[in-house]
Amino acid sequence: MEKSIKKYWPIFVLPTFAAFIIGFIVPFIEGIYLSFCKFTTIRDASFVGLSNYVEAFKDNTFTHAFGFTAVFAVVTLVLINVLAFAIALALTQKIKGTNIFRTIFFMPNLIGGIVLGYIWQLIFDGIFEKFDLALKLSAKLGFWGLVILICWQQIGYMMIVYIAGLQAIPGSLNEAAMIDGANKWQRLIHVTIPNMMPSITICTFLTITNSFKLFDQNLSLTGGEPMHQTEMMALNIYDTFYGRVGYEGVGQAKAVIFFIIVVAIGMIQLYATKSKEVQQ
Amino acid sequence: MRKMKRLLAAGLATIMACSMLTGCGGGSSDKKASSDKDSSKGSVYYLNFKPEADEQWQELAKEYTDETGVPVTVVTAAANQYETTLKSEMGKSEAPTLFQVNGPVGLASWKDYCYDLTGSDILNELTSDKFELKNGDEIAGVGYCTETYGLIYNKALLKKAGYTQNDIKSFADLKKVAEDITKRKDELGFSAFTSAGMDGSSDWRFKTHLANLPIYYEYQKDGITDTKAIKGTYLDNYRNIWDLYINNGTCDAKQLSKKTGDDAVAEFTTEQAVFYQNGTWAYGDIADIGNDNLGMLPIYIGAPGEEKQGLCTGTENYWCVNKNASKEDIQATLDFINWCVTSEEGTKMMCSADGMGFVIPFKNNLKSENPLVNIANDYMEKGYTPVDWTFSTMPSEQWKNDLGSALTTYAADQTDANWKLVQNAFVDGWAKEAAAATK
Repeated sequence: MEKSIKKYWPIFVLPTFAAFIIGFIVPFIEGIYLSFCKFTTIRDASFVGLSNYVEAFKDNTFTHAFGFTAVFAVVTLVLINVLAFAIALALTQKIKGTNIFRTIFFMPNLIGGIVLGYIWQLIFDGIFEKFDLALKLSAKLGFWGLVILICWQQIGYMMIVYIAGLQAIPGSLNEAAMIDGANKWQRLIHVTIPNMMPSITICTFLTITNSFKLFDQNLSLTGGEPMHQTEMMALNIYDTFYGRVGYEGVGQAKAVIFFIIVVAIGMIQLYATKSKEVQQ
Repeated sequence: MRKMKRLLAAGLATIMACSMLTGCGGGSSDKKASSDKDSSKGSVYYLNFKPEADEQWQELAKEYTDETGVPVTVVTAAANQYETTLKSEMGKSEAPTLFQVNGPVGLASWKDYCYDLTGSDILNELTSDKFELKNGDEIAGVGYCTETYGLIYNKALLKKAGYTQNDIKSFADLKKVAEDITKRKDELGFSAFTSAGMDGSSDWRFKTHLANLPIYYEYQKDGITDTKAIKGTYLDNYRNIWDLYINNGTCDAKQLSKKTGDDAVAEFTTEQAVFYQNGTWAYGDIADIGNDNLGMLPIYIGAPGEEKQGLCTGTENYWCVNKNASKEDIQATLDFINWCVTSEEGTKMMCSADGMGFVIPFKNNLKSENPLVNIANDYMEKGYTPVDWTFSTMPSEQWKNDLGSALTTYAADQTDANWKLVQNAFVDGWAKEAAAATK
């Protein structure tokens, strides 16, 4: 059997590989090509060189969106991972009802981003009304609104990953540390966390890329108001693409820049956390 | 045994590959079949802009196919998704043969796709050549329905407040009436204006429709119909009317950023407010307060010559025929739109209240059953000058959005500094966006 798999693997790989080429590689290359073009539909593209990129870098709403997104990514990275880890620790203790709590914490993740955005908008505005404030009038409120929304949505998911990681740590390690006289805190820092590095790598990677790519929640919660101040990169690209006649190419150029940034940050982060992983 | 396995593996792989291929091909096969039926007659593919008229278009398309045998496909884009849908549909090999643009600015991005309509039958049916959308010497589009907006009001409530339409002939009158109602708000039990919501479902009423008035008057004064650099001559008037709307509304001006279009409709139909700025298309929403109870006033902003000002009438719905379609399809499309505005079935569907309820600028237009449309006609017959829809010359969506944000910020905190933001968005933003668009 193994021999024939070795022989025939191209046949089995072919369908998926074809789908990958048609569905990913081709559009991706075409997308990069389009970023050097002026076009209305993808059929009438005419090459214009680098002018789209020049235009993209000149646009200060784009640079602002980058700054805003970066700050947002850092804040949510810390908050989501710390909270998710803490909850995962709590829910792996021997207390009653952990399964119910795990389910409940995970549930927000099952709701779509647009819906979540509108629901939280209602909640926030209902509260802010009492203080004569409004979500769309203040960039600060908008920022923290987004942070709360994303934390609420993603903590449950990261918690599940952490729980799986915690359960995979052999009990003997902690026992040995206990016998050596390590207290709870020392066991967490020197035994649990080093052994959790694979999970931490995954979760930090997911949270940081999710925050950078955030679109639906941004669109429905603040829509970039007031005056582009809460606009993140993906929404900025969308607005550029559809906001003006003849700006499709600029939007496309921004999307390519955006891709490079996300890949670069993802790689750096993977490298940084991977190097801390330990072999059991 | 080994041979069996090999056969099995090869067989499975083939099945998988086959199912994938058919999976991809399945979607378009039935569409092809219908257009292959009689290719000499061509076919029509209409990408419809108005979701509220989708059902009627489907029905009309079916009637036309039954009558002539020419297949007509109507696809409707979701609300606010027309440009997005059009961009992707036009990129396909079976692109729409009939689509629409919103005016000169929309035309700028689609002009390479527009068939020159000069000499086609439908142009002879137009009642006025101002509904031709020109691209240089070519006629790129034809306006197919006109709409009117103004200040809709509740007659009974206005009377209760002690006024009639005759008391409101200018901005000063409107201000007096509105502020008087606000003063006696508790005693009367209603406000002057419905909430001027700046949520995405409602903000176009102010960033686009209300902004039309200062632009219109500036164009009038300068004798132009389009510009690369707006001066903002009537911005003070814009501020006055905006102040009036937000400070005499049903809610605190600080809460406007989240008020929706539905909020305003609800306030109007439950008689919490007298005035509601919107147009003929809103009739369905507000019909509950009774036809006799509905009135419509011009939106006065205090510009010179406003005693002759009528309602704002125009169109941002222009039909364009796709020049890249096959010759037969182009002909079929031209025949179809001509049939829509000349035949009995077509005009009935387009004009009647249980059809689409449009006013069409063609000779065979039927009298409307929409009281707001009739009010608009009255104004014209009495010699009031309709205000043109100059907002189709607004340089970009971005310009409208930026103006909307500035208006929202100003509404929450009505300082001169914040008004400066509106001014910047209006004047500097215009120049910036116009320069960007001509690139």
